[in-house]
Amino acid sequence: MTDQPTDRPEVRRPARRRPSRDAKLVVGLAVVGATVLFAIFGPMLTQDPRSSDNPVLVPPQPGHWLGTTSLGYDVLAQLAEGARGSLLVGVVAGLLAIVLSLVFGVVAGYARGATDEGLSLITNVMLVIPGLPLMIVVSSYLEVRSLWVVAIILGATAWPGAAVVLRLQARSLRSRDYVSAARVAGESTPRLLGMEILPNLLPLLTAQFLFAVVLSILGEAGLSYLGLGPNGSITWGTMLNEAQGGGALTRGAWWWFVPPGLMIAVLGCAMSLINFAIDEVIDPKLRQAPTAAKLQRKARKAGLDITSPAHDDDTPRPAPASRAPDPDDHKERVQA
Amino acid sequence: MSTLEVRHLVKDFRVRDGLRRGTLRAVDDVSFTLAAGRTVAVVGESGSGKSTVARMIAQLETPTAGEILLDGEPIGRRGRALARYRNQVQMVFQDPFASLNPYHPVSYHLERPLRIHGVARGKEVTPAVHRLLRSVELDPPEVFAAKRPHEMSGGQRQRIAIARALAPGARFLVADEPVSMLDVSIRLGVLSLLARLQREENLGVLYITHDLATARHFSDEIVVMLRGDVVEQGPSDQVILDPQHDYTKTLLAAAPDPSRHGRLRDEVRAELAAQAS
Ligand SMILES: Nc1ncnc2c1ncn2[C@@H]1O[C@H](COP(=O)(O)OP(=O)(O)OP(=O)(O)O)[C@@H](O)[C@H]1O
Ligand SMILES: [Mg+2]
Repeated sequence: MTDQPTDRPEVRRPARRRPSRDAKLVVGLAVVGATVLFAIFGPMLTQDPRSSDNPVLVPPQPGHWLGTTSLGYDVLAQLAEGARGSLLVGVVAGLLAIVLSLVFGVVAGYARGATDEGLSLITNVMLVIPGLPLMIVVSSYLEVRSLWVVAIILGATAWPGAAVVLRLQARSLRSRDYVSAARVAGESTPRLLGMEILPNLLPLLTAQFLFAVVLSILGEAGLSYLGLGPNGSITWGTMLNEAQGGGALTRGAWWWFVPPGLMIAVLGCAMSLINFAIDEVIDPKLRQAPTAAKLQRKARKAGLDITSPAHDDDTPRPAPASRAPDPDDHKERVQA
Repeated sequence: MSTLEVRHLVKDFRVRDGLRRGTLRAVDDVSFTLAAGRTVAVVGESGSGKSTVARMIAQLETPTAGEILLDGEPIGRRGRALARYRNQVQMVFQDPFASLNPYHPVSYHLERPLRIHGVARGKEVTPAVHRLLRSVELDPPEVFAAKRPHEMSGGQRQRIAIARALAPGARFLVADEPVSMLDVSIRLGVLSLLARLQREENLGVLYITHDLATARHFSDEIVVMLRGDVVEQGPSDQVILDPQHDYTKTLLAAAPDPSRHGRLRDEVRAELAAQAS
């Protein structure tokens, strides 16, 4: 049986299924990477984003590849500068959110008892306070809002969800035998947290970090759109706000508001794609979904085979191509 | 002579049953003494509290009542005293697939106890790791040191876990069903490895098991537990040949085919004799 040519696809089969996960990861990483490069090098290659020394509100054309605004700013230059601002806000807020969720999630989950109850109480309170209204209230109280202040406000409201997930995971990891074994070996609590528990939280942490970054970039855009964003800085959010104020929509100046909107949407999607890929790594059930589907399909076919074994090969199949390379299927038929 | 003594050990767990809270007495008044070079077996069905006894001795749980004495002294529960205790008393866990961190290579698992307990420093660490691997019959040590847990079989992992427990230079070893998760064909190898190491290092061993047959062959004293209580306790042969309590009789009756025990015993004896010569 093993030397039959029908078995060869068995080797190829997993390789063919995997690209779905890898493709998500590759596309996600490529888009995020390109955006980061754009943020780093874009401002060097474009003109001064605050120079109004341009024709006003011209559509995309050579020299102004994404047109200009009603004040004569070059949209491409603003988009590049805005990428810096938005990414900076996202990353700073994401890092802050992760640090907070580590304290409120991992420490609570590991410590249990009174520490856990205290920290969890704070997490739960933060969880039920709606984030955007809180940010609006805090932002409107602050007269001067730098990029950093906005990032800190966003980070300080983005962590409770991650903390809940991390706490549960840390609780479960804490009672793992390898953590107990390390304790018996004599490891100190900080080392248990840092070397035994944290490494196994890394995929989850990465996913939560990316989620917090996306959330913060969206949050910044929302605040800026409401005029509560960072003053004096350019982000995709402030661009949208100015486009709104400049009447881009009514004047049909799509090149003004579509690029920043699209950048936010595409970056959000790309990071979500990376997260999906990570989720499949974390949760084997998701990874096995295709296998489970295959098993089901096989079971159905097996049922069919039992009822009409003689005509098996003559029966037309809806998807003969997908059926042919399945050697297990063949084996089953032989046994039947 | 060094001893590890357990006196009237009790452990209650708080359990929640719906809204009511209650306590579950997992271990009720267990006493025995481990001495260097000797083995005490704890036998009992699932849920009888064997692992809880082991975890209390390993200081992973705090006893509700009773005391643990090392060389006649009450044991320290924190700081330096705890570190000294861990240096003397080590544990091998039941499931070798769970007791090694998937993230770390074998070398890390063995280096840490060596460093923590000051057994080896700097350049001595790698040779010491290799010596440990050889002592648990994992050859060539360079190859195994570089492996990660998932690259090894259950038996090999359990050997790593045994090496880790021996690394600090412990005098007492708690082995919680060390072979129950392993394939039957390799159990004997791991058990005779344990027996050899015990003889070489003059270890006091607490051997926890479901299996009365191996308990008899590997231990000097047997403690039979049932739902937290000790129902019978005494020298191995006496407990096996002349069981007093009905539960022990049931356990004996439920034990697998006696001819296999004979074979097992002969195999163990042959293997031990071969190693001794
Ligand atoms: N952390 C805990 N919290 C609450 N109950 C527990 C806890 N640990 C153990 N128990 C309970 O204590 C009892 C004894 O458990 P233990 O693990 O010691 O049994 P065991 O003899 O080792 O069983 P097995 O042979 O299955 O390993 C069980 O009823 C178990 O449910
Ligand atoms: Mg147990």
